[in-house]
Amino acid sequence: MDYNILIGGFAGQGMDTLSKMLELILKRKHYYVFSNKDYMSRVRGGHNFIQVRFSDKPLYSHVEELDIIIALDKNTVDIHKNRLSKKGTILIDKSISDKEIQTPEEYDFMSVISSVEVAKELGNHRVAGTVSLGAILKMLGLEIDEAVLDVLRHTFSDEIYELNEKALRRGFEMYEQKYHLDKGNFEDSIAINGNQAAALGALTGGLTFYSAYPMTPSTSFMTYLSAKMDQTGIVVEQVEDEIAAINMAIGASYAGVRAMTGTSGGGFSLMTEALGLAGITETPLVVLNVQRPGPATGLPTRTEQSDLSFILTASHGEIPRMVIALKNPEHAFYTMARALNIADKYQMLVIILSDQYLSDITTTLPAFDFSKIEINRYIATEQDTDINDYKRYKVTENGVSPRLIPGQFKEALVMADSDEHTEYGHITEAADVRIAQMDKRMRKLDILKEELEEPSYYGSENPENLIIAWGSVEGPLREAVQRMNDKDMKIGALVFSDISPLPVKMLEKYTKEVKNIINVEMNYTGQLAKFIRQETGIVCNKSVLKYDGRQISPSEIVKRVSEVLS
Amino acid sequence: MIDPKIYNSADENAWCPGCGNFGILTALKETLHELGLHPSEVVIVSGIGQAAKTPHYINCNGFNGLHGRAVPPAAAIKIANKNLKVIIDSGDGDSYGEGGNHLLHNLRRNVDISHFVHDNQIYGLTKGQGSPTTAAGQKTSMQLDGVISEQFNPVAFAVAMHASFVARSFSADKEHLKEMMKAAINHNGYSLLDILQPCVTFNDVNTYKWYKERVYKLDSSYDPYDRVKAFETAQQWGESIPIGVIYKEDKPSFIERLTHLEGKEALVHRKWKPSDAEKFLDELK
Repeated sequence: MDYNILIGGFAGQGMDTLSKMLELILKRKHYYVFSNKDYMSRVRGGHNFIQVRFSDKPLYSHVEELDIIIALDKNTVDIHKNRLSKKGTILIDKSISDKEIQTPEEYDFMSVISSVEVAKELGNHRVAGTVSLGAILKMLGLEIDEAVLDVLRHTFSDEIYELNEKALRRGFEMYEQKYHLDKGNFEDSIAINGNQAAALGALTGGLTFYSAYPMTPSTSFMTYLSAKMDQTGIVVEQVEDEIAAINMAIGASYAGVRAMTGTSGGGFSLMTEALGLAGITETPLVVLNVQRPGPATGLPTRTEQSDLSFILTASHGEIPRMVIALKNPEHAFYTMARALNIADKYQMLVIILSDQYLSDITTTLPAFDFSKIEINRYIATEQDTDINDYKRYKVTENGVSPRLIPGQFKEALVMADSDEHTEYGHITEAADVRIAQMDKRMRKLDILKEELEEPSYYGSENPENLIIAWGSVEGPLREAVQRMNDKDMKIGALVFSDISPLPVKMLEKYTKEVKNIINVEMNYTGQLAKFIRQETGIVCNKSVLKYDGRQISPSEIVKRVSEVLS
Repeated sequence: MIDPKIYNSADENAWCPGCGNFGILTALKETLHELGLHPSEVVIVSGIGQAAKTPHYINCNGFNGLHGRAVPPAAAIKIANKNLKVIIDSGDGDSYGEGGNHLLHNLRRNVDISHFVHDNQIYGLTKGQGSPTTAAGQKTSMQLDGVISEQFNPVAFAVAMHASFVARSFSADKEHLKEMMKAAINHNGYSLLDILQPCVTFNDVNTYKWYKERVYKLDSSYDPYDRVKAFETAQQWGESIPIGVIYKEDKPSFIERLTHLEGKEALVHRKWKPSDAEKFLDELK
């Protein structure tokens, strides 16, 4: 059992509220739910849609095939009707069909409901969405029980709750059941999107200071944290620009708190000089880049994986850094906490890549296991270091120097300098000191390499052809690999999360005997493939690349991989 | 009492002999000593430039960051650890040119830090180009026919921005400068102190003599809380230049405005364990 519902219309029609209620109801009826958003960079008008997929089995991706379209305007029907399955349903309001649908043949596709009319009858046209929701529940054969009413209570204030309950029941009564669902079996799940999961992971991992400038699609990460300030005692500051954002985060980290900044591509470009500052001052820092298609303003509300090549070396000069891509909301939660520990352990810059698709997908998951998360600060003590002759940048075997924070000991002053510096942190141009400090900083990568997370692997144990991907392509790819192997295609797929330094064990293992290596990426130039070639000499001889701002779907992967292999 | 020598740094100094920065450095060390502050309680923050080398020439905690970016880390250091005294020592190019946007917004933010601008009205480290405070028409190594853009008035700017503390002093008048530094450090909120400072190598207009003939001290009858008077005083430049506390507004600092931190320890001592976040799962169920 696997259903996919699309709710579409123009911005400002309230489809967000409708889809959120529907998702929550399906979740509380114990289904696995996966929803994704497609919206334009405008507050009113245009065409936006949300897809809500649900099943009695785990879901990892959006899909193209639709079972139900809830059209809030005619445009939605025109754009999406070709994706509708043969037994599919289009639900459209009478007020729209009367006005916009000319020929009777067009009605054949559609079920017309009178939500707007009913809402007006009830005295408030704004409850039309709730009337529609009632009709949808009836169509799916889902009873209005306590779980449903609880979602309604959660969504509407006390003053308008009763009216909405009435609207829901009216919608339910005026429609007929069309589908017979299997029972849901996913108990005690949580529903969370990529940015929320990443933010909750960071918060859990001890994030204490976050400075950022609002930029789609990273903003909801900040909004989540900001709403938690009172309950957690953290500070979230909206700053004047991204340059201030990163320089403040570095200052806060120098002073001893766990600090982060986050942005999207354009803001990240502004931050690049300060990445080097974090690198040379060896200040722990985690920077989140929720990617959107560039260059410049690009497609502001859409998705892409085109910042990888850029962030691998962003900032002038050479610094050690770690680059991690988030794959799904669950991975995002645990990875943010891990990244904060790694930044502290190696006194290093960690860049996290997410993207609009991941930031906005809501999935149902088992509740996170908080006992799996540790906070390790790696701040030195009197036992680890000579506080009477404190060297902040002491040359050590593994490159990591004892880190104290200002004010920790009366005897030990802490100096940070953007210039090349001595072991004490003071400015120098001495050649031997430069070499010693540069070697020390870069040496930290050697021990970091010992704790890398290998890519996840999906598919046939002895693949004939291997797909390589990273980040949020994981979900669609996972389902695509299943479909291809169901057709005996003998496909395997490696999906990278830790990207730089590049983990090579699985890569070497699976690339040895395959006929083709195909990189599937959401960019024009095949950025992961280029990096793998640079680091290992391994060449992806085929590519599936997509850069239209819309996340690749399982069926598109199957189709395009089959094409490049034929 | 703390030994005043504790503030002396062993670093080799790269300033020109006779530079106005020396007077500021001496005044700063004596001020910290006279305020009874220990070097471990103080962080000197700077960007890039000749003045911005100050953190190396004084023995305190120090953060020598990027050009134009002294203020953001300084503000964040204070927010992270309110027990530290955070002082920015940087030049006019760093503070008013490259870092102008941060100045503007930190006057609004009002974090309790002090910003000492070594204002020599010229670029020193890059060898003599015009700065935002170079007078229009003044010839420089870059503006050979004179600077075309109008001169930036940091004091009037800060008054217009409702700065909580804005003062001006002169590097060659150590006692006055120390008095201003003390007032700035003791002030609760963002305190901007513009320090007139001759550049003996690249600015042959604004010399020790030029300033000495023009500066005058505001007397005790001057009320820095009078906004209209302050704005008028801030306009004075040229034949006579007022020094002293020009404008003050008593208001809560940034940290005091964060009501959720009221009565709590410094952020750096925040108590937190991962399971404290578990309660946030409830809203996702």
